[in-house]
Amino acid sequence: MAAVKLMDFDKALELFEPVLGFEVHVELNTETKMFSDAPNPANERNHDAEPNTLIAPVDLGLPGSLPVVNEKAVRSSISLGLALGCSIAESCRFARKNYFYPDLGKNYQISQYDEPIAFEGSVEVQLEDGTLVTIPIERAHMEEDAGKLTHMGGATGRIQGAEYSLVDYNRAGVPLVEIVTKPIFGAEHRAPEIAKAYVAAIRDIVRGLGISEARLERGNLRCDANVSLRPRGQEKLGTRTETKNVNSMRSVERAVRYEIQRQAAILADGGSITQETRHWHEDTGTTSPGRPKSDADDYRYFPEPDLLPVQPPRELVEELRAALPEQPVARRRRLKADWGFGDIEFQGVVNAGLLDEVEATIAAGTTADAARKWWTGEISRIANEREVDATSLIAPASVAALQQLVDAGTLTDKLARQVLEGVIAGEGTPQQVVDARGLAVVSDDGALIAAIDEALAAQPDVLAKIKDGKVQAAGAVIGAVMKAMKGQADAARVRELILERAAQ
Amino acid sequence: MSEIIRWTAAELGAKLAAGEVSSVEATQAHLDRIAAVDGDVHAFLHVNEHALDAAAEIDRRRAAGEQLGELAGVPLAIKDVLVTTDQPSTSGSRILEGYRSPFDATVVARSRAAGLVGIGKTNMDEFAMGSSTEHSAYGPTHNPWDLDRIPGGSGGGSAAAVAAFEAPLALGSDTGGSIRQPAHVTGTVGIKPTYGGVSRYGAIALASSLDQVGPVSRTVLDAGLLHDVIGGHDPKDSTSLPEAWPSFAAAAREGATGQVLQGLKVGVIKELPDSGFQSGVASSFHAALKLMEAQGAEIVEISAPHFEYGVAAYYLILPAEASSNLAKFDSVRFGLRVTPDGGGTVEDVMSLTREVGFGPEVKRRIILGTYALSAGYYDAYYGSAQKVRTLIQQDFDAAFAQVDVIATPSAPTTAFKLGEKIGDPLQMYLNDLTTIPANLAGVPGISVPSGLAEEDGLPVGIQFLAPAREDARLYRVGAALETLLVDAWGGPLLDRAPILGGNR
Amino acid sequence: MLARIQLSDDEVTQLTGQLDAIVDNIAKVSEVATPDIAATSHPIAMHNVFREDVVGQTLTTAQALQNAPDADGDRFRVTAILGEEQ
Repeated sequence: MAAVKLMDFDKALELFEPVLGFEVHVELNTETKMFSDAPNPANERNHDAEPNTLIAPVDLGLPGSLPVVNEKAVRSSISLGLALGCSIAESCRFARKNYFYPDLGKNYQISQYDEPIAFEGSVEVQLEDGTLVTIPIERAHMEEDAGKLTHMGGATGRIQGAEYSLVDYNRAGVPLVEIVTKPIFGAEHRAPEIAKAYVAAIRDIVRGLGISEARLERGNLRCDANVSLRPRGQEKLGTRTETKNVNSMRSVERAVRYEIQRQAAILADGGSITQETRHWHEDTGTTSPGRPKSDADDYRYFPEPDLLPVQPPRELVEELRAALPEQPVARRRRLKADWGFGDIEFQGVVNAGLLDEVEATIAAGTTADAARKWWTGEISRIANEREVDATSLIAPASVAALQQLVDAGTLTDKLARQVLEGVIAGEGTPQQVVDARGLAVVSDDGALIAAIDEALAAQPDVLAKIKDGKVQAAGAVIGAVMKAMKGQADAARVRELILERAAQ
Repeated sequence: MSEIIRWTAAELGAKLAAGEVSSVEATQAHLDRIAAVDGDVHAFLHVNEHALDAAAEIDRRRAAGEQLGELAGVPLAIKDVLVTTDQPSTSGSRILEGYRSPFDATVVARSRAAGLVGIGKTNMDEFAMGSSTEHSAYGPTHNPWDLDRIPGGSGGGSAAAVAAFEAPLALGSDTGGSIRQPAHVTGTVGIKPTYGGVSRYGAIALASSLDQVGPVSRTVLDAGLLHDVIGGHDPKDSTSLPEAWPSFAAAAREGATGQVLQGLKVGVIKELPDSGFQSGVASSFHAALKLMEAQGAEIVEISAPHFEYGVAAYYLILPAEASSNLAKFDSVRFGLRVTPDGGGTVEDVMSLTREVGFGPEVKRRIILGTYALSAGYYDAYYGSAQKVRTLIQQDFDAAFAQVDVIATPSAPTTAFKLGEKIGDPLQMYLNDLTTIPANLAGVPGISVPSGLAEEDGLPVGIQFLAPAREDARLYRVGAALETLLVDAWGGPLLDRAPILGGNR
Repeated sequence: MLARIQLSDDEVTQLTGQLDAIVDNIAKVSEVATPDIAATSHPIAMHNVFREDVVGQTLTTAQALQNAPDADGDRFRVTAILGEEQ
């Protein structure tokens, strides 16, 4: 296969202006599906269900079956619309999007066409250096998900070359909210970053609302990235491609970057961009063409006759608006101020995705600085080493308990790090680890003095030097004592005692 | 022939309750009748091998002292458009041959709960598309009045079963007249309830905004008894009306004895002149009106200027919705699967399956419907048709401001011969001229036998229409006229039907 | 084609003829369907019909597969797919 030509990113940006667009699908975590009362696999409790065990007749399109709208899904959709700064429709209908595909139970998807439940909003998104970008939202509408196909018999497990496919309809009917942005101008060099930050923002919003597990790797949040380029100075928008299968934050950023480079190379060579759907391949870091996309793809939309219009009462909308949690950006402003962190310190926490953990640790009883120090320091270090999420290692309450032991003088920082490893290893709470491993700082002066005397006996000239005024000489003794005590001593206290000794 | 089968459902129900006959006896009598005549009539696609078991169970419960409903133990024929767990459901199509639904239609479940004994599934035009039952993939049903003639459609099987005394009651469905027109050509009674009055859950969908399930019987009271069992809100059907209904059996009883016709204003549509009807049909219609006038009813000429667009609108809305509703028959999850020689992609299998599995009328309408919804044609076709619907509703509103019920002949002609109109779809579509407006507007309609046409001695029905939700009014008026007519005839019209039984 | 029906050549010819006639006939609806008329998609006006977010009776896998033309274990089986997901 001929290697795809890519233009250098900066050069591409010199010649062309990228215009972005995103369609993000959010799987809601309601108990049941959008139009059937089968259990919802996007709800945490059902996520590893066996194939075809979460099925109601309408999910398979069984003759005679009918859809009935899930009220909770509607409420969640309204809340999401409000969180996106949208207006909520006074009246909206569902529509059938008709097409044939084996993962559709009915060979039509119940969606919303020209009457979305939410429209005209915007989302403030924060980049890693703190820059704020406003993303305009065109609409958010309700629809249902399709089933899952597994392609068998081919070499790659992908659709091309497969001999047959197996279908699991568990996911058919899962409630989805599709969020569509307006074209995003002015992203320039930061286009890839902005893409990533936007998806992260959506994830934070839906998690904050509690309406979705929002795990990209599980497909709870799916992003299609639209990219087009137009030559600098040109009014007319370029042809756009839609890239699907971007399953992680990293992929979103990389895919946008790649498409800009790929399209720039083609355009610079005098070629033209095919309007098409492309697939992102994480392993090769490239996109490949899928189906040619046509605006004339005829889905024959018509209002869903089996369902009635949804007319959210204004009181309900206001009730949901009042119940909205704080917006992520506003929340961050508040926390930064409360904690008294500087820009870099605070961004460090945010970029590491540890804001919630730090907040929870503080709530469990530590200072902001201590919480930050643990999470972005030792815990992150261990997490990176093991290539896991920091949040999976230890609970905020344990971190707070650990710090409290340090504050109480039971542990030194160094000992605390040992205890931390023990807690992470599952040996128990910080106190339990301390007890089990006997790591508490020895606070018995008698024991310390005994160790000091031993050390002094071994280094007789030190005492003389200290009496002489050379206090630094104590350092050697402290070291010896700490070693003898296996670190379980407060170095400062040891020093005090040595000096007392010397003064005698 | 056994006298049991000549009883009305109400009579049979009473005798069952009085212990004069058992359900097993009654069911056996009807099974014997089916065996004797259905070779000629072909009303049934499937006879329920468990019918006697169900009957025995009712007898056992009654013997144990349980209080049972008025229709408990009475046999019931079920149009094959309604899904049943204990019998196959084909909707008259090859594509569903042998299909076993894992759930019962709501009306079937309610019938079971009321103690009705499902005796078999009746023949119909494929997917309820037709006015003669000639489009059944399993061969036509023959009119018990003349076996060379059509029994009407799409519910010809249910009407013929009842007219041939193979069952005292049947369930039918009506999308454009499929209950009322067969009632007309077979001398039986049929009701299309107000849209939403009876659950569509489990009725294999044709046109979701037009379909209704209703009773098929020999008397108005019988229909009322069955309607009472099946009607009412169903949370599984979003379009089902939430309100409670009065008893239709009570309304029928009231109509039969009371002064309903006194001062009743009956509207006759001036845009449906006699010239549009077979002369015997028109004269029977007028004779019935005269009879009503003699009892104090007032005949009022009304205008319904948009009714003439009804057929056109219907043949846009129906195919459009049907093309989408029938997309689910794709060989993947249920139904026929036909694989091309040498294999093929799933798209090939879908296409070939549908080509082989669907009959010509179904294919015709699916393609027409696909066309009516496609981009560029939507507004002119489907969109416009939905506007005609508004206009027809307005016509009805204006009419019902002046009259209590509207009367029309139930269809333009008496039963035509098998094969006579099958080659000319447009001709066939005109059979529904008088019945279609009720489906478009959602108002209820009843067809009651009005007599025999002079020129051919074949049954004629008179249709009454009432405002939405006024189904009870139809039972009162229908029962009142029925009493007058049966009195005038000296017995039910069906007494004059030819004797059936193994003559061919 | 959009309807996913593999018609024979004869059928195409016959159908085209019939459809033309039907379409002519039904085109008359646009005569009366002027812009000032609202479309009615539901005969009886209702809105906000919902159900609570509570699990109901689910089909067993056996029931789900009971009419499957081809299945492999607990999943439906189809031959190779040509097209792409939407």
